[in-house]
Amino acid sequence: MNAELGQADRGVDPVLEAKDLVKHFPIQRGVVVKRTVGHVQAVDGVDLKLYPGKTLGVVGESGCGKSTLAKLLVGLESPTSGSIKLQGKEIGNLSNRRMRPFRRDIQLVFQDPYTSLNPRLTVGDIVGEPFEIHPEVVPRAKRAGEVKELLDMVGLSPDHVNRYPHQFSGGQRQRIGIARALALRPQVLVCDEPVSALDVSIQGQVINLLERLQNELGLAYVFIAHDLSVVRHIADEVAVMYLGKVVEQGTGPEIYDHPRHPYTQALLSAVPVPDPDLRGQRDEIVLQGDVPSPIDPPSGCRFRTRCWKATDHCAEEVPSLDVGDNGTHPTACFYAEERDVTHAVK
Amino acid sequence: MSELTAPTPTAERQASLWSDAFRTMRKRPDVIIASLVLLFVFAMAAFPSLFTDQDPTVCFGRDAKQRPGTWFTGEHPLGTDAFGCDFAATLVHGTRPTIALALSVIVASVVVGLILGILAGYYGGWLDTLISRALDVFIVIPMLMGAVLILSLFRGRVSTDTLAETIAVPFLALSLFGWMEFCRYTRAATLETKNLDYVVAAKCLGASDRRIMFKHILPNAIVPVTAVVPTTIGGIIVTEAALAVLGIGVQPPATSWGVLLSKGTEWAGGGYVYLFAWPLGLLILTVFAFATFGDALRDALDPKLR
Repeated sequence: MNAELGQADRGVDPVLEAKDLVKHFPIQRGVVVKRTVGHVQAVDGVDLKLYPGKTLGVVGESGCGKSTLAKLLVGLESPTSGSIKLQGKEIGNLSNRRMRPFRRDIQLVFQDPYTSLNPRLTVGDIVGEPFEIHPEVVPRAKRAGEVKELLDMVGLSPDHVNRYPHQFSGGQRQRIGIARALALRPQVLVCDEPVSALDVSIQGQVINLLERLQNELGLAYVFIAHDLSVVRHIADEVAVMYLGKVVEQGTGPEIYDHPRHPYTQALLSAVPVPDPDLRGQRDEIVLQGDVPSPIDPPSGCRFRTRCWKATDHCAEEVPSLDVGDNGTHPTACFYAEERDVTHAVK
Repeated sequence: MSELTAPTPTAERQASLWSDAFRTMRKRPDVIIASLVLLFVFAMAAFPSLFTDQDPTVCFGRDAKQRPGTWFTGEHPLGTDAFGCDFAATLVHGTRPTIALALSVIVASVVVGLILGILAGYYGGWLDTLISRALDVFIVIPMLMGAVLILSLFRGRVSTDTLAETIAVPFLALSLFGWMEFCRYTRAATLETKNLDYVVAAKCLGASDRRIMFKHILPNAIVPVTAVVPTTIGGIIVTEAALAVLGIGVQPPATSWGVLLSKGTEWAGGGYVYLFAWPLGLLILTVFAFATFGDALRDALDPKLR
């Protein structure tokens, strides 16, 4: 499967690469003797490549496996099958202890800044914890200075080290979370909906901060969100997920202006139109029914139960990402066709 | 980016749960009274010579059963007991075993409960099953009954030479049946905390299990546990007294409030009510103080009430 899109990056090795990544959670019944009665197919065959200094956006609705993907990438869950390579080294099947040195290179930014900081630790302790866990990174004497530098880097006053998280606003807390993730100077930051819990005005500030940090430190981001406009703003490439699979992948303009997969089209057409005069003037697609259960996903194409183009062929064969790629970008649909759903016209 | 220029801290108050709780409690009159009572009792346990200048082991038969004619003055301010020992001295010196037993039992119970609870909650699986089932077994046996059984085994075989020997067996029996409540609270708090984002963040940074348990989970688990500690101390003091009255707790000639109560009952009917009333009053006052303190602490530590 070819998902190499950053044309400018050909020749550069990806910093993070996932191949055919699968995560199935067993559903167990029984009190004493556990038996597996099924699997939640949270992530089912995801490929992605992330190049240094680039941002890969992952979008999709709730329950499509975005957060599981994030946990797999940072090594909080071990994949059922498939491989994850960080700078060319396989990390997918490592034990906790052997994973430790790699954790310095890939870190996670959380969605909810109110639960991601320990309320009983001061900001200095929170941001300094990575140095205590990896004592070889910075000598003890220099740690306090390093923490202050990190706070300064994310736009907080270094004088705040002795304060507790509850004394900060949501945006400031998210900055603390970012400072903690940056402490070990990682190459890759996996951001799991980093701005979803924030006010719109604060979202902008945090997005700008992330962009500035990317320029200064050469970070690569996996940016997971359900807000399409935020992803469009920050991402170089976008992958659209549905029920554990990537259905379409491409650069921002390819996805947003020339969507080819029916699901992407439906997703984009659901974005509200800001201009009240143009409301209702746009090609709107309203999907029928609900997302099928990931315990028992439909055969063939997973979107077929809600798709207006579905035929018997969709039920029999699983469309690969190459199938709908008519020289433009990977789309997992047998009947991929561009449709303008984003531009409203009078 | 107005948010970046954070306002200069107006009130640089390091508000934390504990300091807030302390502030709340400091203002309550019932807490102040309870604290004074507890201070008095602890002082008696630590420095008995401050309260009486007589030796409770020096007894003269000819002085036996002197009622306290002149209150709080004279040679025997609270009279003497059936063997002619000074009752005030006996009472004051009986405080130490009572308090030492209660405190050591609570420390052991809390430590055991915390460790087992955090292990069960954090690791889950077979370890959780094992600890939880053991918990169920110990919970269905009432503390008093379990202690009676254990103490009956050792009855009459313990020396009472030193404080440690005096309280060792009751300590074992009461600790064995005292840890369950703390274990349950800790397990519940651990289960609640271990999936929070900040614990996941620590895991993501590569923190060891021990670090996560002691730095991130324990500080949260300790709050609900702390709130029940004073009340439980009160309960232990009462149980100790009950065991002594049954004749199997702290063994005479060593004294504790329970032993004094037990001896007092023999003479109370014969007109020597003070031998019974003084230890009982002291016991009730202390337990009441612990209960009041515990109640206030629970309120102060409950964020929903603030």
